[in-house]
Amino acid sequence: MKFSGLRTYAVLYLLFLYAPIVLLPVFAFNSGTVVSFPLQGFTTDWFAQMAANTTLRRALTNSLIIGGSAAVLSTVLAMFAARASARYRFRGKAPVMGFIMLPLVLPEIMIGGSLLIVLLAMGVKLSILTVILGHVLIATPYAITILSTAFSSLDPSLEEAAYDLGETKWSTFRRVTLPLVLPAIISSMLISFTISMDEFIIAFFLAGNEPTLPTYIYSQLRFPKAIPVILALGTCLVVASIALLTLAEYIRRRGLAKTGAKDSGGFL
Amino acid sequence: MAAPAWTRSETARGYFTLSPVLIYAVLLLAAPLITIFAYSFFKDGYLVIIHEFTLENYIATWSDPIFRTILLRSIIMAVVVTALTVLTAFPIAYFVSFHVRPSRKSFWLFLITIPFWTSYLIRIFAWKVIMGYSGVINSSLEMMGLMGDGRLFEDPFRMLTTLPAITVALAHAYAPFAILPIFVALEKIDRSLLEAGQDLGETRWTSFLRVTLPLAMPGVVGAVLVVFIPVIGDYVAPELIGGGKLPMVANLIQAQMLPLDNKPVGSAITISAMAVVALIALGFVFANRKFLRRPK
Repeated sequence: MKFSGLRTYAVLYLLFLYAPIVLLPVFAFNSGTVVSFPLQGFTTDWFAQMAANTTLRRALTNSLIIGGSAAVLSTVLAMFAARASARYRFRGKAPVMGFIMLPLVLPEIMIGGSLLIVLLAMGVKLSILTVILGHVLIATPYAITILSTAFSSLDPSLEEAAYDLGETKWSTFRRVTLPLVLPAIISSMLISFTISMDEFIIAFFLAGNEPTLPTYIYSQLRFPKAIPVILALGTCLVVASIALLTLAEYIRRRGLAKTGAKDSGGFL
Repeated sequence: MAAPAWTRSETARGYFTLSPVLIYAVLLLAAPLITIFAYSFFKDGYLVIIHEFTLENYIATWSDPIFRTILLRSIIMAVVVTALTVLTAFPIAYFVSFHVRPSRKSFWLFLITIPFWTSYLIRIFAWKVIMGYSGVINSSLEMMGLMGDGRLFEDPFRMLTTLPAITVALAHAYAPFAILPIFVALEKIDRSLLEAGQDLGETRWTSFLRVTLPLAMPGVVGAVLVVFIPVIGDYVAPELIGGGKLPMVANLIQAQMLPLDNKPVGSAITISAMAVVALIALGFVFANRKFLRRPK
């Protein structure tokens, strides 16, 4: 076969990408307490211990609240940005959009540290609310990227036709625009949710005494005894992420098919 | 209802639509960044911050040999990680763009991005487990009979708490960041340019060097920036893989902000690090400016 060298390289590269993830379930079902070969025996004890852990359950609840709120808020904010960016040409658009997209490249430690200083200086008590504020900031650029594709592939004549037929601005949005961009909205919420669920540094700085899933995991990693349970939890998280992403990708493709746009690739 | 006059200009309507997200970013991004900039010039009075202009924090930061060592280490590590990630990512982006059927491209991209969306913390931790003293690599070698007295390897490898280990974990974590921008740039290349070059007697290799690579450079520059900047600010890998023995800038910032609670010095370190990163990034973009000019 032609270019088989390149193909072999691609397969090896995928193996490198997936190796750490594949190892999680292998050792999560292994009855040995040390993560090394040879495998001992099959067990589901670690999953049972994980399910019985109350701190973990509290961390999960917190993370779900934070992730859900961040998903909705960042998607709503991103809709305004995607709409403005797709619909209007205005002076200063590139630098202003660049500024809004900045959290995409700014190290999270800098976002977390500077937000911490401002919140403490204003006397705001750290809680899951402050984590939501930070997560909305970092998830919004990703949401904008997803929604921009959908908003810019909208045909403006559809909205003009609705205006001509007597729809108001709001009813046009609700009855014409929204249904067309709905798949992108759902996809954007799923991605923002995933980002928030995974985010560690900002939660570490802004959560106060409340655990989130990543800060809980981080606190457990220094105890060798806790590691099999963390591997079980990691397995569950990987399965959940893959399920959510597959759903997001499926919905995104259906949305593209609906608006007749060409598939331009992945999420970013 | 007649629209007020100011809403008629496109610029005004653009900013009006953009306002919710712009206000959010100003309040939660610009204001905090301006605040730490201000804090870096304030005095720390233990529990209070003394609002008095001083350069002490910067003098303390830059005259401290530990800071300079850590900053230099972070830069070197980020450069190595970036080079490794971008060089290994390029063939993948090239493969997907040029050798995968168009209908299969988004499937390949999906396959490449999945690991990126699974818990970052757990992925870094998985590398710790792989590279541990009695971890996956060492125990597999032992099981295969390659390790032990008189065998191929005498002793287990000590991989954790070394820079190469941190580098591998980070290169893994940021791989999709490098692949996607290069892929986007490669996709934009007009394939007929390559055919034209080959019709005019170029070989596959020379047309790659003279047409594909220069046209892919904007993507490569983008990839370098989106890998380099977050990597230099990474906190988790030095902590978990490096075992705290090889701290980077982010660990220093965290130590000043939280346990030591010296926010002015923490701010001065943050601003200094940001300035250094911005200078390196701008220098890199400037060095590659001939590739970035937009076609007129």
